[in-house]
Amino acid sequence: MTTQESSDSKFEVKLGSTKLDSRVPDGPLAEKWDKARFANKLVNPANKRKFDVIVVGSGLAGASAAATMAELGYNVHCFFYQDSPRRAHSVAAQGGINAAKDYQNDGDSIFRLFYDTIKGGDYRSREANTYRLAQVSNNIIDQCVAQGVPFAREYGGTLANRSFGGAQVSRTFYARGQTGQQLLLGAYQALSRQVQAGKVKLYPRSEMLDLVLIDGRARGIVVRNMISGQLQGYAADAVVLATGGYGNVFYLSTNAKGCNVTASWRAYKRGAFFANPCYTQIHPTCIPPAGEHQSKLTLMSESLRNDGRIWVPRKPGDDRPAKDIPESERWYYLEEKYPAFGNLVPRDIASRAAKNVVDAGHGIGPLHNGVYLDFEEAIGRLGKKVITERYGNLFEMYKNITGENPYEVPMRIYPASHYTMGGLWVDYNLMSTIPGLFVIGEANFSDHGANRLGASALMQGLADGYFVISYSMGNYLGGTKLEKVTPTDPAFTEVKREVQARVDKLLSIQGDRTPTEFHRELGKIMWDYVSMARNEAGLKKAITKIAALREEFWEDVKVPGSGDDFNQSLELAGRVADFLELGQLMALDALDRNESCGAHYREEYQTEDGEAKRDDEHYAYVAAWEYAGDDSQPLLNKEPLVFENVKLTQRSYK
Amino acid sequence: MKLKLRVWRQPSAATEGKLVDYEIEGVSQDSSFLEMMDVLNEKLIHEGEDPVAFDHDCREGICGMCSMVINGIAHGPKAAVTTCELYMREFNDGDTIVVEPWRAAAFPPIKDLVVNRTALDHIIQAGGYVSVRTGSAPDANNIPIPKDDAEISMDAAACIGCGACVAACPNSSAMLFTAAKVSHLAMLPQGKVERYDRAVLMVNQMDAEGFGGCTNIGECEAVCPKEISLDFIGRLNRELIAGTFKAAGNR
Ligand SMILES: Cc1cc2nc3c(=O)[nH]c(=O)nc-3n(C[C@H](O)[C@H](O)[C@H](O)COP(=O)(O)OP(=O)(O)OC[C@H]3O[C@@H](n4cnc5c(N)ncnc54)[C@H](O)[C@@H]3O)c2cc1C
Ligand code: SF4
Ligand code: FES
Repeated sequence: MTTQESSDSKFEVKLGSTKLDSRVPDGPLAEKWDKARFANKLVNPANKRKFDVIVVGSGLAGASAAATMAELGYNVHCFFYQDSPRRAHSVAAQGGINAAKDYQNDGDSIFRLFYDTIKGGDYRSREANTYRLAQVSNNIIDQCVAQGVPFAREYGGTLANRSFGGAQVSRTFYARGQTGQQLLLGAYQALSRQVQAGKVKLYPRSEMLDLVLIDGRARGIVVRNMISGQLQGYAADAVVLATGGYGNVFYLSTNAKGCNVTASWRAYKRGAFFANPCYTQIHPTCIPPAGEHQSKLTLMSESLRNDGRIWVPRKPGDDRPAKDIPESERWYYLEEKYPAFGNLVPRDIASRAAKNVVDAGHGIGPLHNGVYLDFEEAIGRLGKKVITERYGNLFEMYKNITGENPYEVPMRIYPASHYTMGGLWVDYNLMSTIPGLFVIGEANFSDHGANRLGASALMQGLADGYFVISYSMGNYLGGTKLEKVTPTDPAFTEVKREVQARVDKLLSIQGDRTPTEFHRELGKIMWDYVSMARNEAGLKKAITKIAALREEFWEDVKVPGSGDDFNQSLELAGRVADFLELGQLMALDALDRNESCGAHYREEYQTEDGEAKRDDEHYAYVAAWEYAGDDSQPLLNKEPLVFENVKLTQRSYK
Repeated sequence: MKLKLRVWRQPSAATEGKLVDYEIEGVSQDSSFLEMMDVLNEKLIHEGEDPVAFDHDCREGICGMCSMVINGIAHGPKAAVTTCELYMREFNDGDTIVVEPWRAAAFPPIKDLVVNRTALDHIIQAGGYVSVRTGSAPDANNIPIPKDDAEISMDAAACIGCGACVAACPNSSAMLFTAAKVSHLAMLPQGKVERYDRAVLMVNQMDAEGFGGCTNIGECEAVCPKEISLDFIGRLNRELIAGTFKAAGNR
């Protein structure tokens, strides 16, 4: 085979033959969730303690799920890679969490939150899931307040709200700039209560490296103890993955350094379909990179767009300090282009607009790689005190990182990889294509379509964990006859052997390049060809380049140390190996979707004024990819999206 | 910039550790302290040596994972930041920087700069929560909370559980950490119901984990990246006295 042929076959898409059943209950939208709950099988309270459930992940989704299922009586085993559940990446969320409380009396409702989410996702999510999310959003706020989450309040003692991108109502609840931390501490404390009660066992510094199936069902996982290096199998009646998103495939991202796709990827290779991998969100307000040493990017919460005004100099290459550029020479490009939403347009639009102005030479800062986010007008209007109250810690953070004071000079921001809408495919009950494997939080693909609105990820993680998974679990365990299995079962021995072989292989190569160097190179390919704007030629190039990099990785990676030790390089190498495979699938998915929708923007498909142009006739489906072996192309299975309650329109934020 | 580093190396809990000298060049002033450590580690890997193990994750001062004693100060010379939020512009070309792990009896070593802080989780497990089942919450606006109370509660809740307070305390006390959680919850009506049990149980657990007692030295507050105030220790002590008086904590 010539190189030409082999790379061409990498662009080919073969269809799978699975008919995906979303298990959405029939009946009117508003009644589906009630119907599902009534139709669900239940496990009698005395029997719940006979079931073991594995939860991988202790973020908002994992911690809330583990705590809630333990309260119900299941024996829960919770695994995570940090030393404490409280450190899961959810802790970093700053801005807030949405709910349809309508405490502001500004016209919000469950239907409006649902509608905004579907529209924000550019009509690429499932109506029923999104509606349920909006329905339980109110219970989440109640639950969190009862746990002692110190949300911001008005002088009268009631809860305060702010508005967020993509919405015209004020429905976001927040705790200073630390909303994720406070929500996670609430869930962590609920989890801690169950640990004390003996219903949850915690497994810190544990990395899931594979999934174990018996009789076609998920029955356990293989985990590496990150201190001793020992591989161990754990058996259970069901497995829940709450392992977060894969934004680190871009190397530079706002995600924590340890965020990875490994758990999801291993499940994919065991038969769970991976849905819409190309839907990744690039967040518009991050601090631009300062140089080669940059190891991650810091997000400046989107809530800043409420009061900050985004602009660049009208004249390309204008290097004057911001304060010397007169009003008439400033280009408030978002306010100009989108008068109705202004600086609050959804993230994908704001990110792309920033890229366009920077590409056109208007970029600001020493590396000309940013746009201004300016608070001068807001400080004048509201006073410094109010601004400090709203954003004080964000301003401090910015100052500390850049050495510049945002009270005096405008912030510099630029888009960065932030969130992944794609993830493992799940049905309405959050079960993957592997029976007994559930996927919750950012790790699944379910609720945000092709673009997620701000403050909706925290909502989804907690909706899944507090209010959905326990019903699904009851239904599954109550309706399935499961033999007891133990980690001595041959299936575990075999998977453990495979994992060990991979670890040994990584350690034995002893090449010349470090895992970080490979990761950085992959990130650059992804950023150049598979991020904010994509096109056919670029995506093909990405696929070819990643395939070559992947080969090189397995011949030239250098992993120091041994496998039976605390070895952070080995951990990273395993994650990078999986990112390399995922990157290729993302590009393939993007290549196959010959339309633009939400965050997936194909330059070939745009409206006259440069907005994403969907093709509902051909692409109103979920692309669910099925693993078909390391040397074969994955198979594409389609779940058609049916819209009965909203009219598909061209998104307009003008 | 060019730097001399003296880094604590300890292959495992079972082996002795020692300070090892390294030199690195070409460090950018705009890089963070951890990015400087990354540069060192990449260099060590290329030279066939074992890189320095250190805990980190979010790299933006919120997860509480990073934990280095830098030139004798937990989280380094700059006030109110975590190790990952420390930037190299705080140092000068040619400086010698000593990097050590958190040291406390309740934080056993794991490797190099990594220690085990699970004891802090045990303190929370002893009572650092409100006992409310999922689903049994009233409407969130049912109980108004004075804005000022919510603010004080939030000040305490900002603790990231890093353990710098323990590392800095000559007694290795976890009093500031414990006080932060007790105060966060005691300030809110939802947390008041169990306040005395909570204070007694958490402090008992703190003692059981091998943390020392508090003798009001104040080193904890000085290193705390979230500026958790010593006042909260006063608040904890009041909760504790009331709790002991009521013979609370017998759950
Ligand atoms: C900087 C930042 C700010 C954000 N701000 C907001 C906001 O204001 N509002 C909003 O709604 N959303 C926000 N988001 C998004 C939101 O925080 C996340 O989508 C959400 O918290 C994800 O929660 P999760 O529970 O699904 O996963 P995570 O919180 O990422 O948790 C993943 C868990 O899985 C574990 N894990 C992962 N892999 C493995 C493995 N292989 N083995 C064992 N354990 C593993 C980890 O240890 C961790 O416990 C923000 C995101 C970022 C990056
Ligand atoms: S009180 Fe401060 S130093 Fe102590 S754990 Fe909390 S944040 Fe860290
Ligand atoms: S790495 Fe998260 S606080 Fe420093």
